[in-house]
Amino acid sequence: MIEWFTWVQLAVAVAAGLLCLVLGLAGRVPNDLANGALVLVELLLIVQLVVAIAAPAFGNQPTGSVLEFYVYLVGALLIPPAAIFWALLERNRWSTVILGVAALSVAVMVYRMLQIWTVQQA
Amino acid sequence: MRESNDMTDVRSARPQTNGGRRMSGIGRVLVAVYAVLALAAIGRSFVQIATKFDEAPLAYSLSALAAVVYVLATIALVRSGRGWYRVAWVTIAFEFTGVVVVGALSIAFPELFPHDTVWSWFGRGYLFIPLVLPVLGMWWLATHRPASSQPTGQVATTSGADAA
Repeated sequence: MIEWFTWVQLAVAVAAGLLCLVLGLAGRVPNDLANGALVLVELLLIVQLVVAIAAPAFGNQPTGSVLEFYVYLVGALLIPPAAIFWALLERNRWSTVILGVAALSVAVMVYRMLQIWTVQQA
Repeated sequence: MRESNDMTDVRSARPQTNGGRRMSGIGRVLVAVYAVLALAAIGRSFVQIATKFDEAPLAYSLSALAAVVYVLATIALVRSGRGWYRVAWVTIAFEFTGVVVVGALSIAFPELFPHDTVWSWFGRGYLFIPLVLPVLGMWWLATHRPASSQPTGQVATTSGADAA
């Protein structure tokens, strides 16, 4: 895990979450901006997955449970597509709020991944 | 009070989603949060059971049970009809009881729960979402009864029982 990249990813997920919450509560139906923000969150997760697979080969080992790390990562990968799928099906403001909730959930999970990789003594 | 055409009401319960468009919208957000929590509970209990089930079989079995109940509650909230409405009440009441009882026990007798569960410390590890969510869920169910509100009495007893 590349620490600075994870922090950037965390910031993007939080920003995307807040943006979608604001847009949703302002009554906007899911637009390209909101969906695009979630696509960006998903792309960064895929990069994170590639980094996580490659990192141990370069001597960058997780300090915590590898299994737990991947459960979080795979779980997080599922969330944005589900939220976007929902947003495309149901065109109302609450779908935008759900996009926001999804991005914030990803942010929490990315933070846990960071902890598992760097802090835990297991 | 109880009509003979009881069973046909299950069909007519569907239009409930049309009443109060705005509310049914917020209900969707509730379902989404439930889905995320269900995912989190499944993930955690999977890790616990796969790696260290022997350490605390009780706590980890409870985690798995909680995960299953969250999944059921999510499905029940999405589905319409009297039966699913009842399932939603039972599962959400179960969650609320669980988070209150396990939460209180984990603070009063920490030695009982040396390992974290979703409900320890009232769901502190999950931003207290497990505590807040059932309350919102029950409120949503109470304000969105299936068309003919036959199970009102039953519903009142259910919520009364778990509040005690």
